[in-house]
Amino acid sequence: MTGDIGLAPPRSAPGCATPAPEVLRERGQREVFCGLTGIIWLHRKIQDAFFLVVGSRTCAHLLQSAAGVMIFAEPRFATAIIEERDLAGMADCQDELDRIVRQLLDRRPDIRTLFLVGSCPSEVIKLDLGKAAQRLDVALGGRTRVLNYSGSGIETTFTEGEDACLATLVPEMPAAAADAAPSLVIVGALPDIVEDQFLRLFAELGIPVAGCLPARTVANLPAIGPQTRFLLAQPFLGDTCRALEDRGAKRLDALFPFGAEGTTDWLLAAALSFGIDRMHFNAVVAPGRERAKRAIAHRHERLAGKRITFLPDSQLEVPLARFLSNELDMIPVEVGTPYLHRDLTARELALLPAGTRISEGQHLDRQLDRVRADRPDLTVCGLGLANPLEAEGLSTKWAIELVFSPIHGFEQAGDLADLFARPLRRRDLLKV
Amino acid sequence: MQLAVWTYEGPPHVGAMRVATAMEGVHFVLHAPQGDTYADLLFTMIERRGKRPPVTYTTFQARDLGKDTAELLQAAIREATERFAPEALLVGASCTAELIQDDPAGLAEALDLACPVIPLELPSYQRKEAWGTAETFYRMVRHLADRSLRPAPREGRRPLVNLLGPCALGFRHRDDVAEVRRLLDVLGIDVHCVAPLGARPADLVRIGVADFNIVLYPETGEPAAQWLSREFGQPVVRTVPIGVGATREFIAEVAALAGVDPAPALADAGSRLPWWSRSVDSTYLTGKRVFIFGDATHAIAAARMAAEELGFTVCGLGCYNREFAREMRAAAARHGVEPLITDDHLAVEDAIRAASPELVLGTQMERHIAKRFGIPCAVISSPVHVQDFPARHSPQMGFEGANVIFDTWIHPLVMGLEEHLLTMFRDDFEFSDAAGPSHLHGGVATPAAHPAPQDEPAEALAGAIADALTIEVPATDTAAVTWTADAERELRKIPFFVRGKARRNTEGFAVLQGRREIDLATLYDAKAYYAQ
Repeated sequence: MTGDIGLAPPRSAPGCATPAPEVLRERGQREVFCGLTGIIWLHRKIQDAFFLVVGSRTCAHLLQSAAGVMIFAEPRFATAIIEERDLAGMADCQDELDRIVRQLLDRRPDIRTLFLVGSCPSEVIKLDLGKAAQRLDVALGGRTRVLNYSGSGIETTFTEGEDACLATLVPEMPAAAADAAPSLVIVGALPDIVEDQFLRLFAELGIPVAGCLPARTVANLPAIGPQTRFLLAQPFLGDTCRALEDRGAKRLDALFPFGAEGTTDWLLAAALSFGIDRMHFNAVVAPGRERAKRAIAHRHERLAGKRITFLPDSQLEVPLARFLSNELDMIPVEVGTPYLHRDLTARELALLPAGTRISEGQHLDRQLDRVRADRPDLTVCGLGLANPLEAEGLSTKWAIELVFSPIHGFEQAGDLADLFARPLRRRDLLKV
Repeated sequence: MQLAVWTYEGPPHVGAMRVATAMEGVHFVLHAPQGDTYADLLFTMIERRGKRPPVTYTTFQARDLGKDTAELLQAAIREATERFAPEALLVGASCTAELIQDDPAGLAEALDLACPVIPLELPSYQRKEAWGTAETFYRMVRHLADRSLRPAPREGRRPLVNLLGPCALGFRHRDDVAEVRRLLDVLGIDVHCVAPLGARPADLVRIGVADFNIVLYPETGEPAAQWLSREFGQPVVRTVPIGVGATREFIAEVAALAGVDPAPALADAGSRLPWWSRSVDSTYLTGKRVFIFGDATHAIAAARMAAEELGFTVCGLGCYNREFAREMRAAAARHGVEPLITDDHLAVEDAIRAASPELVLGTQMERHIAKRFGIPCAVISSPVHVQDFPARHSPQMGFEGANVIFDTWIHPLVMGLEEHLLTMFRDDFEFSDAAGPSHLHGGVATPAAHPAPQDEPAEALAGAIADALTIEVPATDTAAVTWTADAERELRKIPFFVRGKARRNTEGFAVLQGRREIDLATLYDAKAYYAQ
């Protein structure tokens, strides 16, 4: 191998970056999930927590529709369904909530952290869940910590529910000692297997990792202080990022760890920040990077030159379009995102081909008109749209799978590419 | 407040969506916050529809609340009517919009649209999905039906009926309609209109020309049928033809109303359940204790079939829809059991545990309860998952429906017998727990590497067996390869249902490469290798 393992684009000083691309901003009907959906993967990750949604039957119905069969494995989430008498003032909502929480804790005494999760109905009737959380926290006397965040549709879109949850956890992180050595925190819920791969790589690199946010138990949240540097593993963590910065921690700017390039850049940002020797970095990263490239190469032939459109869903759209365009030579036609964190995705945006149509927000019918006019080879969209688009002869990849599957890091790069290749391969296979 | 993990029914606006989606030429504008579009996937994924449900959501967000959500609603209505040009428009509010108290009816009226607008009141904090379905259908019929129409004189024409109740996301509604149509055709009766499923607003306008109505699903069709009976004097057939006995009664009742001879339909040779049930192979079914839960219509029909047509003993009977509590109580009394009327799945679970049945007939939820208890189970009612919207013809109604039901209910019992035999032989040396699933992996199991099978769900074993059967074993001797502790730990993180395959492939790869030891690098090299 010759020279350093590459970096793109150059880590230039802020201000000299490529001019920000034009972004098409639209408002109208949005075909997206609300932030409550984040509970489905967060409860698997944070093993000592329970998520109690305070909402309507619709919220409960959404969770059960999104959770599929997981609902039956005695899941650590539930809904306190607001009823007529709660609205009519016949029952005091705060008293009712106390009753429900006690009922819940009687059934599940093992719960150490309880999240009261706000919904559209609870926000609209201005039920003060913050106050409820504080009161219950005191009342339970430290046996169970009670926290609160909002996953309502009026405030959060899909993965933003994770952002809201993690931002609530930041004040719970212990303060690092004033004289503590610098350390790294990985931010964003990752499948355990991916998290372990990253932790191993950082250990081999010699970078001290304080832990992950979220940790697998709330009791084990990493310490944080002005010496803390953090890497975002997910692009949708704007509020969490701000909360961490408010506690003095410093974000390391990097591509998100998708594909060989993204993962290398992400690791390199930490290596540079911790003064890791470049030769050592190359030596540690090379095997995984090569494996990733080999695995990606298997899918290159099928994906290269294919045109792809992303409809807004998770905010993963921009980094994934960058990966598919830079490493698989796909052509992004339109990259829609529910929300664009310009600072967090600046490096990603700079790597998208000139002329890529970036859209933020959604006017569903107009966007579908554009999809029909563009006729991309592959459209990444939600399950409410996937089959209808297939019926119109457009190949689709349903987006939620990208949130539930392990896709980050070197070892998953081939799997990630395959998620996009499979629908096209299937389309070619079927003779009926 | 009510603590809920599982709900048998969605909110009432999902019921309204089921009517809108079932029909043609209808559009529904739902005042709802961002996120409520999740309900679309029930139709596109579970029912596998190739079209978006005809629903436009206003998707208001927090920043709209301070401003004019009413204007947002009007804009959505205007745009939807221009784009989709519906023959009738439904407008309603979801649970959150109900709280902000915009008036969809008044706001839609003010727009002076070209098509009829039917405003819906959907009290989300009191009512549920089935109520929303029935109410929406009733409102549509009431709003659209031309009250001047009456049946033509009977001379020289075949009797004409409406089939009321089938809708989108209905359990086997598609095939039930086909089956009932076939029965009616044999009787010489024509179907004027099936509604809501497949009907257009124009069909509802002319609903009064039929001689009588048949309510296939009281949960969704009864309010409309009652109104039609009052307004048009159309008689109503309420016998639900699920089961051989009920189908015969249905034929007799319909034939009497239509003034035709029931004999040709009754003589249907397609009715195989009676003989299947009498054949000696079925003797072991006698007195099997069965617990039945679902929507009232399906549960009551199932109880009758269980007792009279299969010779089971009904040991528990209940429903989740309180609207039909009276009917359910009467049915439970006939079978000598306490009726269970609840929408709390934990209460159902307790009742099943207490009754200790040998077969559970229920919804998707009871399927999972039964699975946990290790009891055979079949699905008889909504809510159901994707597998219960099958590609093949699978009615519940009519004689073919009875055939389908016989097979569906008996199948898990036969499976249950197989399961029992497998457990009996479990202590055989080949199946011994102590031996672990080692025979599946070509290596000797160590307790650390393989937790005892009883720690894992039964599916783990099943999955591993499936793997062992389907994966090609490399011809080389993999026993010489050892796993490092790291690699072994990593392997445990792979889901159980593909773990066996991963182990086998990695070992094959190691042998191929001449490696004696499998470490993390080998594991992932192998993964990359097989990714080709």
